[in-house]
Parts: sequence; C-alpha cells; structure tokens
Amino acid sequence: MDLELSEEQSMIVGVVRRYVREEILPLEQSLDPDADELNPEDKKRLVEKTREMGLYGLDIPPEYGGPEIDLVTRTLLAIEMSQHRAGLYAPCYGTFGGAGLAQLFEATDAQKEKYLYPTLKGEKSGFFGLSEPSGGSDPARAIQTRAVKDGDDYVINGSKLWISGADQADYGLVFARTDTDKGRNGVTCFIVDTDTPGFHVRRVVHTLRSARHATELQFEDMRVPADNILGELNKGFAIANDRLTRQRIPYAAGCIGVAIKAHEMALEYVPQRETFGAPLSTRQAIQWMLVDNEIDIKQSTWITLEAAAKAERGEPFRKEAAMAKLVATEAGGRVVDRCMQMFGGLGVAKDLPFERWFREMRIRRIGEGPSEVQRHVIARDILGASLR
Amino acid sequence: MSVRLDKPWLPLDEVQAGLPAKMGVFQLADATGEICCIGYAGGHSLRGLVSAVEEALERFPLAVSVRYEVTTAYLSRYRELMMLHQADFGHPAPTPHNDGYGRLSPA
Repeated sequence: MDLELSEEQSMIVGVVRRYVREEILPLEQSLDPDADELNPEDKKRLVEKTREMGLYGLDIPPEYGGPEIDLVTRTLLAIEMSQHRAGLYAPCYGTFGGAGLAQLFEATDAQKEKYLYPTLKGEKSGFFGLSEPSGGSDPARAIQTRAVKDGDDYVINGSKLWISGADQADYGLVFARTDTDKGRNGVTCFIVDTDTPGFHVRRVVHTLRSARHATELQFEDMRVPADNILGELNKGFAIANDRLTRQRIPYAAGCIGVAIKAHEMALEYVPQRETFGAPLSTRQAIQWMLVDNEIDIKQSTWITLEAAAKAERGEPFRKEAAMAKLVATEAGGRVVDRCMQMFGGLGVAKDLPFERWFREMRIRRIGEGPSEVQRHVIARDILGASLR
Repeated sequence: MSVRLDKPWLPLDEVQAGLPAKMGVFQLADATGEICCIGYAGGHSLRGLVSAVEEALERFPLAVSVRYEVTTAYLSRYRELMMLHQADFGHPAPTPHNDGYGRLSPA
C-alpha cells in the first residue's frame, strides 16, 4: 500500500497550490469578507489561466472535453482549491469551471443539446431541487411535490427549500412524486426551465453561509413536457442517491482544505504571539490544540482519499463516502474552532477568515446529509441484515 | 419576517449621523419617495451603515430619506432586495455595488 503521491500528482497539486497562493489569496485582500465572486475581469483572466494549465473543467469527463484526472487526484486538488476565505463554498471562485449537474451526462441526446453542452460552455447554469419544507434527509419519504400526467406533459405542484443558485439558474433538476404508492420508487426527476410559467423563486433563505445563498421555490401548475424526464419515470430517486453519495467526497475534501489552511495560519502565529512573557507556542494548552489539529486533518484526509480510491476502482464506496463526509465535516469544525481560539479576539474579527469558516463549516455538518444520517448509512452497512 | 424592507422611511438630515455602525443593508429614497439606491455595509466598511450611507450619498446626492436593516447576512439580503426591486418595478435599482444577483417572483 503506497501512501505517497505519485510524481504526477505532486506536480499537479503543486501547480494548484501555487495558483491559490499567488492568484486567489492576493485578490481576496480587496474583496468583501463575505464575497463569493470575483469581478468579471479577474474571473476572465483566471479562467484563461486555468485553461492554459490544462485544468479547466476538472469535473467534466474526458469524453466531454475535461482533463483526464482520476478521482484521488481530483480529491487532492479539491483539498488545495478550498484553502482560502471563500474556499468552502466557492473554491477558487469557480475559476476551474464546473461540470454543472453531473446527472446530465446520462441525459438523452436532445437533453444534452439543450442543457448539458450549453452548461459546459458556460452559457447556462442549473440547480438541484431535491429538499422540501417537509424534509431533506429522507427525500424518498419527504418529497411531496407532485407531478401528474396530462397529455404529453406533467403538471407539477409543490415547493422546494434550501435550493442553492435557483435564482440565477436557467434550468434545474426537480424531483417530484409521480406515484404516491411506491415510496422511493415513485419519484421522477424532471429538467425544468426556470422561465416556465408557474416556476417561482419566492425568497432567499438567509443562513450562516456567506456564499451561494439558498432559496425557496414554489411550483404552481407548472407544465413540463414528458420529454424532460431525466432517466426514467419513477426512477428519479436513484439519480438523487447517486449524486448524494458521490458529492460527499469533494464535500469532505473542501472541509479538509479549510482545516489545513486554518492550522497553517495558527502554526505561523503562535510562535510570534506572546502572552505573559513567552510565545503561545510554548504553552502546553496551545501545543495540544495543534496536535489535535494535526490528527484531525490526517484522519480526515486518509478516510476521504480511501473513499475516492474505492470510487475510482469502481468498488462500492457508499460507507466510505459517508465516513469521509462525517469525519471531515466534524473534524473541520473542531480545527477551525481551535484555531479561532488561538487567535483570540482576532479569531472572531472579519479581518481574518476564521469567523467565515466557523459559520460555513457549521453548515457542513447538516448539508448533503447530516452527521446523523451518515452514521445511519454506516451502521446499516456494517450491521447489514441484522438491522432489518 | 417580511421579505421586503418595509420599515418606515427616516429623514436623512435627522438620522444620518446616528445610523448604527453595524453591518446591514439600506435603501435611499428621493423627494418623490422613489428608491434611488440599495446598498449594504459589509465587512470592509469602516463604520458600518454610517460610512456606507455616507459613501452612497456621494453617488446618489438626491436622496432625502433612508431605511435600513442591521444584519450580518448583508450580502444575501442585499441581493434579495435587488431582486425584489426588479420584480416589483421591472428594472434594477441603482446601487454602488457590482455584486451579481438573480430573479425572484415573490408572493
């Protein structure tokens, strides 16, 4: 078992690390502490740079024009890309491009023409509409949004909550119940254009998060053609579940990156800051916090990379992804909290990134499946049939 | 909590000096009552809403009244107010900021 990075991985990780430190961090000095976007000129310049680096579109499969990068390396890059103030929810301010909604790679040719390809070109953006006021942790049961067949269309009524980016999106994936008797097997995924009559973004939901605010959606007799079903009728839950599982790995990686940066800042600070005639670094209380940081970061990193490696090999990785998400989000919160404590008053001031990381990291224990759900997934896996 | 900023308008010449030195959002209106600026006091503002309104008045000198909301979620609240203005009046509100925003169709 080789735990060392390959030469190629080291090279790519080094390139991205330098990019974050030389391009992103200096720009952040002049941005609002809660900013989640660059000014257009800087964004354009940096996108050109990542294209030159051959790393633009990291999550786009190679057959669609993305770079050939395995999942472990991609996870290592996600750890690097989040190491700045806005890094948790806006890593490198989107300058490495995105893949949009990965589920669209399984779309029909017509759907790809209309939605996927324009998204890959940056001409359109989408949202993922799963959670509802009735629940998000258990979408199979909680989904109450209904889609009723009417001729060649489906008429959708219902609402969604905590939906990121819907106010700026051109389309979205909306999960609705098409069969009320079949539980998780009665949910269908529809591609919905946001200019469809009956589609409403009712409000912004203000949370601890600075970037990518959530919204509340309402659908009133919204008519969507049956051709806009993604996948098959009543098979939408599998799409949602696949996304939830896969997303946990980069989600965890983002937390690790922020934890690493916070810890690095603390390591630089404590030998300089003096109290009662000696540097903080000489105090056992501080030393043990730093040790606990090291252990938290190391544990999270290895668990997350293991999940990525299993996914890359095509092996079942649901338990490992749940473990990665659970461990990294909780450890990330502990690391940021300790670092904030070490910085004292500066730790809670907007002058430094800790207060934003503290707020946003708290959300990570809830979003994409809360810690309790992750434990449930792991328990189900390790206890197997005896749980039923 | 109302989505719109529906607090009473306050005359600028009476309240400007006493605005809170806190993060938040604000609207300025001219003598006809029309909103002539929507802005926010963010993490870089030197004296919160005091300095943010002061700076906005340099660009929008016709404003005579202000209303504001203290909030640490100033960026998302500012974007929401901009979207609401677009939805209510059919055009963007004047603003000293460059932050992007989307579309709302409030109830």
